[in-house]
Amino acid sequence: MSKSQKFGPPLNPRGRRLEAKDLESITHVRAKVPVKYAWAAGTAMSRFLEELKNGRIIGRKCARCDRVLVPPRMFCERCFQPTTEWVYLPGTGVVETFSVSYIDTNANRIKEPILVGTVAFDGAPPHCGIMHYFGEVSPEELKIGMPVEPVWKPKEERVGSVLDIKYFRPRKK
Amino acid sequence: MRDVVVLGIGSTAFASQTPEVNWKELIYDAAVKAYTDAQIDPRRDVDSFVTCAEDFWEGFSIFDEFTPDQLGAALRPTMTVAGDGLQGLASAYMQIKAGIANIVVVEAHSKISELVTYEHVTELAFDPIYERPLSAEREVHPYYVAGLEMNLYLHATGTTEEQCAFVAVHNRRQALNNPSAPYGARIGLQEIFNSGYAFTPLKRWEIASRADGCIVFVLAAGEIARRLTKRPLVYVEGIGWSSESPWIAARSADAGYVRRAAQIAYRHAGITDPRRQIDVIEVEDRFAFKELQHLEALGLARPGEAGWLAQSGALGRDGELKVNLSGGSLGCGDLIEASGLQRALEIVLQLRGEAGARQVPNARVGVAQSWRGVPHGTGAVAVFARRD
Repeated sequence: MSKSQKFGPPLNPRGRRLEAKDLESITHVRAKVPVKYAWAAGTAMSRFLEELKNGRIIGRKCARCDRVLVPPRMFCERCFQPTTEWVYLPGTGVVETFSVSYIDTNANRIKEPILVGTVAFDGAPPHCGIMHYFGEVSPEELKIGMPVEPVWKPKEERVGSVLDIKYFRPRKK
Repeated sequence: MRDVVVLGIGSTAFASQTPEVNWKELIYDAAVKAYTDAQIDPRRDVDSFVTCAEDFWEGFSIFDEFTPDQLGAALRPTMTVAGDGLQGLASAYMQIKAGIANIVVVEAHSKISELVTYEHVTELAFDPIYERPLSAEREVHPYYVAGLEMNLYLHATGTTEEQCAFVAVHNRRQALNNPSAPYGARIGLQEIFNSGYAFTPLKRWEIASRADGCIVFVLAAGEIARRLTKRPLVYVEGIGWSSESPWIAARSADAGYVRRAAQIAYRHAGITDPRRQIDVIEVEDRFAFKELQHLEALGLARPGEAGWLAQSGALGRDGELKVNLSGGSLGCGDLIEASGLQRALEIVLQLRGEAGARQVPNARVGVAQSWRGVPHGTGAVAVFARRD
């Protein structure tokens, strides 16, 4: 007795063609659930967002480790101490890291890549800055350590959001 | 095996809304109080941190990511328990018992005021294929499950609607003695009945309103705690938890999840006659009847007896059973996953003699019980005691 007689015809590894009745069988239940939140920004972030509206970057300083935290926080996670002082920063800084992103949220390839990265601010130590977009720069030109500055939306368009900064661009000499 | 001690406690006041702080600032506030109470530095002295949080309540996926900073736990061992505060406490208890940690922090919080569509998220806790379409079709508030359970409980035990209403009256009144409780009130039976049926036989004012707040516990191994402090210590003597089948139609009338959890906790703690041995009791009362059902499941009353105790004034500071002197969920608010830890907080305050106007004299043994709320059949029980 051959193998094929014992177990029936060998399966096509590529499967079989779907038929109309396959689509009629009930295999899934769909539902849509509204899930909405309204998060309190908190003491420090509320002030930060207000200042973005004014075109300014503000941080909070920890008196123990001397770091200036941006976005500001009311306590320092390293020292577990309340931060003590508001500090305005010039807004300029350097690229700490970046990635040229070619894939959108739906996993499609995009032609014009999106440049995202983090900025360390002048007047604050490394790894205390914010994440944002980069613009007016090509993927090839963008480098870690490159000096950058914020490009703000016009004052009347600012709403108190991180998007009040359009992007960071290479600093003009 | 080593003992487990409550070395420190800290909490915020509870409130219907807390727009002045974000959740990190809320938790930080309670954590600072707990560390001050325990006289420890979290950056140096704590071996492990447990946060109790459920992603959907918070609005984050993988909430673990966000747990370190506000507890002083950055670059330290942390874990998240997607459950009630007492389940987090159980986790910390096991870590100490097992000898892998000497000092463990447990945090549970509610920032539920920030969830705009609470009812819809609660609906997500129902079975998606059979039960959820029934809720969604007619847009019935998911608390109808509490109505089902109450009806079954009244039918099975002969407890009356009036006896359940007494619970709401008591607990709102007891909350007036708790400065942290936002829902204290002097109301009578008539007002409960006048509030109208929400889901028969459950009345609107028998349902706890939600609240924000945070509670932090510091647990330590007995031998460490006895070296660190001279003050009388509260021991975690036993802890248990269990879950019923999620099928709503399969639910027991007698809160089987608590009965089982209590058996485990009592066995650890050597409790054989709970009614005689336990001095202070905090049980889950998100819906007034639940207090009665849970007291019976805890073996503190016979089936059908708890209602009579409530009616005769036996559940209170001057009664035979000192139940929910904190005000319970009806008085403190439904603190979601922090509810169980709020119960434990009250027990620790009572056993330390720090419960102020609601202090029970010479309280030595207390039990805290949690339930995760509709539509859950999950509960936990913890027994605390002073040994001095």
